Amino acid sequence: MKIGTVLRGCVAITAALGISLAAQAQDKKTSIKVGFVTFLSGPAAGPFGVPAKVAAEAIVESLNAGKAPPPYQTKGIGGLPIEMVIIDEAGGATKQVSEYRTLVQRQDVDVVIGYIGSGDCLAVAPVAEELKKLTVLLDCGTPRVFEDASYKYVFRTRPHATMDAVAATMYLLDNRPAVKRVSGINQNYAYGQDSWNDFEATIKTLKPAVEIISSQMPKFGAGQYGAEISALISSAPDVIHSSLWGGDLEAFMLQAQPRDLFKSSQLVLVAGEPYLHRLPGKIPDGTIVGARGTNGVFAPDSPFKRWLVEIYKAKANLDPNYPAYSTAQAFLGLKAAYEKAMRDKISSAIPMGAAKNVKEEMEKAYSPPNQEEIIAAFEKLTFDSPSGKVKMTLGKGHQAVMGTAYGTTRFENGVVKVGNIKYYDAERVTPPEGVTSLDWIKSGFKRP
Amino acid sequence: MNQLFAVLIDGIVYASWLFIIAVGLTLIYGVMKILNIAHGSLYALGAFTAVSFCSAWFNHNYAAAGSFAMLAAAAVVVGLIFGPLIERGLLRFMYGKDEVVLVLVTYALFLILEDVIKLVWGVDPLLVQGPNGETPYSVLGNFEASGLSYPYYNLVLVGVAVATGAALTWVLTRTRNGKLLIAVIHDREMSAAMGIDVGRTYFVTFTVGAMLAAVGGALTAPTVSVVTGMGAEVIVMAFAVVVIGGLGSLPGAALGAFIVGMVRAASIHYKPELELFSVYLVMAVVLIVRPKGLFSGAEVRKI
Repeated sequence: MKIGTVLRGCVAITAALGISLAAQAQDKKTSIKVGFVTFLSGPAAGPFGVPAKVAAEAIVESLNAGKAPPPYQTKGIGGLPIEMVIIDEAGGATKQVSEYRTLVQRQDVDVVIGYIGSGDCLAVAPVAEELKKLTVLLDCGTPRVFEDASYKYVFRTRPHATMDAVAATMYLLDNRPAVKRVSGINQNYAYGQDSWNDFEATIKTLKPAVEIISSQMPKFGAGQYGAEISALISSAPDVIHSSLWGGDLEAFMLQAQPRDLFKSSQLVLVAGEPYLHRLPGKIPDGTIVGARGTNGVFAPDSPFKRWLVEIYKAKANLDPNYPAYSTAQAFLGLKAAYEKAMRDKISSAIPMGAAKNVKEEMEKAYSPPNQEEIIAAFEKLTFDSPSGKVKMTLGKGHQAVMGTAYGTTRFENGVVKVGNIKYYDAERVTPPEGVTSLDWIKSGFKRP
Repeated sequence: MNQLFAVLIDGIVYASWLFIIAVGLTLIYGVMKILNIAHGSLYALGAFTAVSFCSAWFNHNYAAAGSFAMLAAAAVVVGLIFGPLIERGLLRFMYGKDEVVLVLVTYALFLILEDVIKLVWGVDPLLVQGPNGETPYSVLGNFEASGLSYPYYNLVLVGVAVATGAALTWVLTRTRNGKLLIAVIHDREMSAAMGIDVGRTYFVTFTVGAMLAAVGGALTAPTVSVVTGMGAEVIVMAFAVVVIGGLGSLPGAALGAFIVGMVRAASIHYKPELELFSVYLVMAVVLIVRPKGLFSGAEVRKI
């Protein structure tokens, strides 16, 4: 991808200076180097980061071997094998910005795929723009990435988190129209606050009579929830909304379950799917769970889903959870964009009977696409993924939208099953272009 | 009235937990003038070791009640291995150096131990639970108070906290070794000149402090999912408590834990959005009024 005219210019200059860099700069690309950033340590590693990494390794192996289902059957990306550098996302946004610079400037990657934390996405996106490096955001949820700014080099191949809260509320009201009193327990940081605000606004818009009793906002990683649980039990809400995840969710469930909190209150776990297999018996029957999209148990059957389940199971001996699906979306989106760029070049370059410079023109048309061409192909792209069709329609064609689904759990023979699954179309649960999520919810979900 | 009672119970339970994790920190600072950042790692090591011991216990299908012995064993083992190892292997070469240098040394140690934990236990969150989901937390059952049900496990926390505080107070004020320790706190060089084995005092203090951190971790393990990085979260709260009470003061740690516990429980029950803020507000107010903490007292005597 570094074969832009600028580099050609540099090559010419270096060659003229007689520096031996010229040989290296012969622009025969032999591989596509992907910097992959995910949590390898810390509380987000177990449920999100490591499944994403396992999925990335499985996907790269399978793509390089040309074993993915069509239209992804070409080897690697556009015939070039994928080479991956994996970086730990732990350490906070400041550290990630410098890690990102290292990836781009020292490791010289062609594209960066990664970031699960919303804070990391918000910090890295402007730097990607500054360094002009194609970057695909993997799994972070905050709608603010493309609602507060606009980027050329940054893409997000998974839908943003507004639909999680909106669809959760719709599902709740569909299945329990008599709900009167709700509370929330969410972590006190970007994602927890966003999730609660969206939920609160949606429920106030759809059913203003519902009383919001309290919103518990424990510190991220608090660990001890005794007082929160007491406060929730004594106010006895019908429903408790929670976007807790990771160790915090597990600690909350471990401490709440023996105290019978869930005998009187139904739980809505927006990001509950990765825990179904980890907390059997601890997730009460009737809990509403989502997977932040049609991932995991919610994914409709397709060759792509079967492919991901097979290659993931071969590595981890587990079904892939939603971060694994997000990872597949990022890689397949990049591959689809790259290969579309190749086809676009060829179809637009074939000289219709023009005999002049045929050889040069053909060489140019068949050379690997440069970054600008990939970006042009990526914008507004539609591609298939294990969780269904992905449409890059928001954020000027840089932000994916998809439908989502929710279901209700029941504990059967030692496993947690999800039943009563309902699907929600992207248009129902995602704001239109140019409107921020909260404004859209408060407007009563108006679409132009 | 009922809610006030709930606040009181929640506050006391949380304060007990805070006291257990903070008391070792204040003890080590009081005697050795080391702000031991690695306290957080020792806490995490206690938790991870408790997971391993309890899992082994449950795998043998022994009675779940015995898992409490495993928690205690985990704390003792971690304390007895890592306390001496760190004190003899590292800290004794640093005595007499500036306090700031020692903070950096223990911070480095904290980073190293965090990675050791990752190497040994991996990055997946771990749970202390038996084959049928029983945990030391739930196995004791619940009691009812003001219409709310609380696990008896919370009383175990309160009991351990009170027993730890009482035992340390007794040792410090009523025994010969305690008096020697106080002499060392007052003046290390003079004590050494009078024939007190300062090295041994430091050795024992650090081992006890390490063990207390591990006790905190082991007792926390059944109530949370044990993940890498849990030590970093705890060290912040422990510092807040210790600073409010006055660095190195035992009654200070107890009062600091009590105040933080109560303020936090009250804000969760009455004004949940202020929870995070309330703890640091208390800290700020205390430090404005008494910059060295509530129980700082005269500079020479710290414990």
